[in-house]
Amino acid sequence: MAWTEIVFQYDGSFDGFLCCIYESYLNKEFPIAFYGDEECFSLYAVRLVITEHEHARRVLRSIVKRSARAAELLQKVFLTCMEDKELHLYAFVRKLYAEGSRFLKNQSDPIYHPLVKAIRHMNGELEKLRGFVRFSDYNGVLGGEIEPKNRVLPLLRGHFCSRYANESFFIYDRTHRELLLYAKGRSRILPVDALHLTLPGEEEMQYRRLWKCFYETIAIRDRTNPRCQNTHMPKRYRNTMTEFLPLDYEAQYQGAIPPKTPAASANPAVPTGKSALEIPPQSGRSAVASAL
Amino acid sequence: MELLDKLAILSDAAKYDAACSSSGVKRQFQAGRIGNTSSSIAGCCHSFSADGRCVTLLKVLMSNACVYDCKYCVNRRSNDTRRATFTPRELAELTIGFYRRNYIEGLFLSSGVLRDPDYTTEQMIRSLRLLRQEYRFNGYIHAKAIPGTSEELIYQLGLLADRLSVNVELPSEAGLRSLAPDKTVSAIFRPMGQIREQTAQSKAELTRYKHAPRFAPAGQSTQMIVGATGDSDRHILRLSQSLYDKYRLKRVFYSAYVPVVEHTLLPSPDTKPPLLREHRLYQADWLLRFYGFRAEELLTESQPDFNPRLDPKCNWAVGHLEQFPVEIMTADYERLLRVPGIGPTSAKRILSARRVSRLTFEDLKKMGVVLKRAQFFITCCGRQRSGLRFSDATLTGQLEQIERGELPPGEVEQLSLFESAG
Repeated sequence: MAWTEIVFQYDGSFDGFLCCIYESYLNKEFPIAFYGDEECFSLYAVRLVITEHEHARRVLRSIVKRSARAAELLQKVFLTCMEDKELHLYAFVRKLYAEGSRFLKNQSDPIYHPLVKAIRHMNGELEKLRGFVRFSDYNGVLGGEIEPKNRVLPLLRGHFCSRYANESFFIYDRTHRELLLYAKGRSRILPVDALHLTLPGEEEMQYRRLWKCFYETIAIRDRTNPRCQNTHMPKRYRNTMTEFLPLDYEAQYQGAIPPKTPAASANPAVPTGKSALEIPPQSGRSAVASAL
Repeated sequence: MELLDKLAILSDAAKYDAACSSSGVKRQFQAGRIGNTSSSIAGCCHSFSADGRCVTLLKVLMSNACVYDCKYCVNRRSNDTRRATFTPRELAELTIGFYRRNYIEGLFLSSGVLRDPDYTTEQMIRSLRLLRQEYRFNGYIHAKAIPGTSEELIYQLGLLADRLSVNVELPSEAGLRSLAPDKTVSAIFRPMGQIREQTAQSKAELTRYKHAPRFAPAGQSTQMIVGATGDSDRHILRLSQSLYDKYRLKRVFYSAYVPVVEHTLLPSPDTKPPLLREHRLYQADWLLRFYGFRAEELLTESQPDFNPRLDPKCNWAVGHLEQFPVEIMTADYERLLRVPGIGPTSAKRILSARRVSRLTFEDLKKMGVVLKRAQFFITCCGRQRSGLRFSDATLTGQLEQIERGELPPGEVEQLSLFESAG
């Protein structure tokens, strides 16, 4: 029986994608496009894939059996912002099944190279963000926001959880609307549609002032070199960095929240000590993070 | 004085020190302590200032009061400038406050010389001890060892810091004598030798006893000022090489001299800092540390300074055309590393990839080889890149053309001035 060309629609999770691979081999259907949650218009037949964790596990096992590195790669690339990443990953898995893992030695391999490029891009972003994430102290809880292109939160998790193991902190990913929460040795990643921050206290303001002062002073004027600065710190990172933001950016950027009384800002839905951050009611997006 | 003013004065006074790395030590989080050190081999940059240099550590002096009178230094005692001193507690709180907010990777602590080197080092030890013991700081600390300090105090300092550095500052004894009359060559190299011995000893003990004291686990570095004296690039590079060989230094930093003071012995205040020269020195430094080059290969007695129009590796390659072209499919790692445009990472990728595939020029590009330079020096499966035209006579000009496109605009002006003069 020949393979038919088809469009896959799935829930956008990693497990869901593995199920697409499963269905593809089961029904001899070759994907020409993948659609996540969004509506799909296509002249091709659409296969709606329901995520079955048993199927996902089976596919993952089959990949690990051929190469543990390939499996790790697959999970990482799935977090990247590469266009048509599912198609690239599908081609990769097909090649792996057909030929084994030998082609992984050659980074210029036409199937493997797009993945390498996507990972390099994500690693670059990760390395920058490990340094560029800025926390503010909101009543003892550290909080910061990022706007990455790739879904880096699951990969930043380990770094920040070990660095700030004795703190409570959160990092909000504005692009992918996800929140990393950490307290007392446990961390979670939740889908959160918007995050409203209240104004921090005077001590926080003082540290911001000190940091801005340090940042301005440390540059040597005779050596000013914006090109070099932009190479190392592209401008897109700067809108979440203290040194480039106004002192009271929470008020200016988040639609000027009126200062609340402590009682009003305490939200019963979040653990104590997290009163600075308010998570609006969740929108029913599935918690994709658990797969990772 | 307000803390804000102090910070402004004491970071302003520390900024001419180029050391910025936070690498070389991996310390996990420990219960009850604050922070860890970066797990990445390259350290972690937290910001980049307007001059394009990375901001990794809270780089400050403990005090900018100084009894020395080094001519090139903003903090010399004859300079009329505002003086400030951090209290150990201020410094500790600042470090912790910055560290918690992920502004920094740790603390870089240096100081002007108060009274004498021993007294100054004692004050630094007090600050660091407070930070490590009372504030339980577990992040990175880089401390300056001041030449002339007693061995015992340097040992104490090394137990608190991850990295120590002693600045050579001026690359020759004559330079030191005229510009830094309070410093001597032997006073600089004595602590360097001590740090080398004690780091090695501590490493050896740690293999036997888990809880042996850790002395400067990230080793030591140094800095040289470039352009304040008449020393040639060859002299500076050979000095760096011997520092790497003899003192096991992790890094030598080069700092283009920024004229901060007027003095008959110094370049005039309107001289621009020799940034291109500094850049070339860093490039050559990398060639020494990661590419297996020796200083004598890069610069000779007849050509003691770097070619401003070509990077040191290209410059070496055009002088050694008999060793090229290199065949990508068969050359060993060392030979690949000598090709301009190929570095350790791409060389390793080539070694791995050619075992499973015949490589083309396009493949090399995908692997991160800078083909516009490398193309002149390699063959793939016996063939040169198609459409490439050059001869030994035109090669230098073609490479210079590429280089010109990559230097910042200011440097290009300097270069064109150079050309019209030559």
